[in-house]
Amino acid sequence: MKIIVCLKQIIDPEIPTSEFQIDREKLQVVRGKAALVTNIFCENALETALQLRERSGGNITVLSFGSESAEETLRKALAMKADEAVLVVKDGPPDPDPMTVAQVLARAIRKIGNYDLILVGRESGDWGTGQTGGLLAEELNLPCINFVDQIEKRGTGLLVGRQTGEGWEKFNAHPPLVLTITNSETNVPRIPNMTDILAAARQFITRWSIEDLGFSAEEINAGSGYYELVKLETPDQTLNCEFVSGKTLDEKVEDLARRIVEITRTL
Amino acid sequence: MSDVVICLFAAAGYDRAAQGLTGAGRRLADALGVRLRAITVGAHSELNLRIAAAADTVISVDQSELIEYQPELCLDALTQLTRDYVPRAVLLSNDVYSQELAPRLAHRLGGSAAGDAVELSAHDGAIRLKRSVYGGKAMATIDIRRSPAVVSLRARAFEPVAAGSYSVATVRQRTLSLPAVPPTQIIERTSETSGETKLEDARIIISGGRGLGGPKPFEDLQEIANLISAQLAASRAPCDAGWCSPLLQVGQSGKKVAPELYLAVGIHGASQHLVGISDSKVIAAINIDPNAPIFKHCRFGIVEDYRKVIPLLKEKLAALQT
Repeated sequence: MKIIVCLKQIIDPEIPTSEFQIDREKLQVVRGKAALVTNIFCENALETALQLRERSGGNITVLSFGSESAEETLRKALAMKADEAVLVVKDGPPDPDPMTVAQVLARAIRKIGNYDLILVGRESGDWGTGQTGGLLAEELNLPCINFVDQIEKRGTGLLVGRQTGEGWEKFNAHPPLVLTITNSETNVPRIPNMTDILAAARQFITRWSIEDLGFSAEEINAGSGYYELVKLETPDQTLNCEFVSGKTLDEKVEDLARRIVEITRTL
Repeated sequence: MSDVVICLFAAAGYDRAAQGLTGAGRRLADALGVRLRAITVGAHSELNLRIAAAADTVISVDQSELIEYQPELCLDALTQLTRDYVPRAVLLSNDVYSQELAPRLAHRLGGSAAGDAVELSAHDGAIRLKRSVYGGKAMATIDIRRSPAVVSLRARAFEPVAAGSYSVATVRQRTLSLPAVPPTQIIERTSETSGETKLEDARIIISGGRGLGGPKPFEDLQEIANLISAQLAASRAPCDAGWCSPLLQVGQSGKKVAPELYLAVGIHGASQHLVGISDSKVIAAINIDPNAPIFKHCRFGIVEDYRKVIPLLKEKLAALQT
């Protein structure tokens, strides 16, 4: 089974709100001191793929469409033991729209070829549109299942499990197909060891320009007109928290309990 | 032509999300001066009647293949139905099925999708929406000029339609031609929350975070929840650690809740969690760290080790409840 996992490098979404800055003119986030990291759901997707390969064999190619720095994301994936890596290098403005991303990834995936499974994260920690999987499936004319956290090989097909919010659903599915992966206790990403990190630093990464995929820089930079970001703002909604009063713990908790009951009684 | 279409899954009934979706659709259609058309998938005659009181037309597709959700069949059905209308906007809720279908439906209809919208309006020829980005650290305003704009809404954040203000539409049944064997098929469904109110509709929520350190404290929180008729929830860390069910997860990638009271225990308050609780009326916290970001969003709180607070709180709530 050949698995392609799409990985996105993003500004660390865990940075404290106090350090988060935006440029209201350019409608961009200012990176500042924040690190660049692999989107967590992409890492959940890679972990899911690695476990599937451990159980059922196969080959994993990681693919990223991003700036030069996305090489770090691919190196980390190789250190986690992905087999091959492909970087589609993007120059020009950051944050292409979801349709452009899907079209670029789709052509790269066709160029890689012979795929059975395409895994993407359910959404990214930056713009969080949650659209890459669905749009990619349409571009490739494949079925798609979202919020997956379990993949098992069953004969020539697959048993795919996903979370629905109220419970779980199990699917019968046949490759090739696109799956978007969510986090669960079974796919917490592994931490690569030092030997594998050093080995990954020397591994070959295939690099394609967008021209290699038949696009022009102008059309990628112009975007697809999918939608237009017209405003970006940081909400200012800090409340003044009233800390419960009392000299002793007992008095404080008494105050806390009274405040809670005050609300529950009105319902 | 250029109408607004809302798509609803009958299985959930006319819940708060369906009401908010209908209200948002009605107001957008009125702002654009076009008709509001509703599509209900699956069988639910009461839902159809309620929607008929707000929409201009209701199409009900309740053929057997669509009673139980199957993504590829449902996508095929919605594509067929909406294509006929050439709509300006197609609105869905933000449940798992709607989120799964929205981008693909937009692609098939030649339009654009956006998800988790908290505001929606018609603006200078565009469909304008607001959604939180960067894990709740920023709010983006987005204009969609392509048609249709396929938008999934944080439906509970939208006001329902004012009662009795519109004439009642007739409900028409449609039967579609669908593939006999879909390429993916749901073969098993398990529901863990049968009988309980959905977390999204809960009035009181008590929620545990990484600070709880293990599965046992969640049992203590459950006892308090029972005392005050609250529902249990969690941030992402305890779910990933397997301390509690992943269905309890609240936040950007979990559920978006809107209770009267959200009591956060041992939750630091990462923005990705806060984005899921921002519609709460009152947020309160128990946390040992006075600088935890959660306190910046609290009406009241206590800076203490939760292990000391919880047993006492249980006692006092029990006494106050009687």
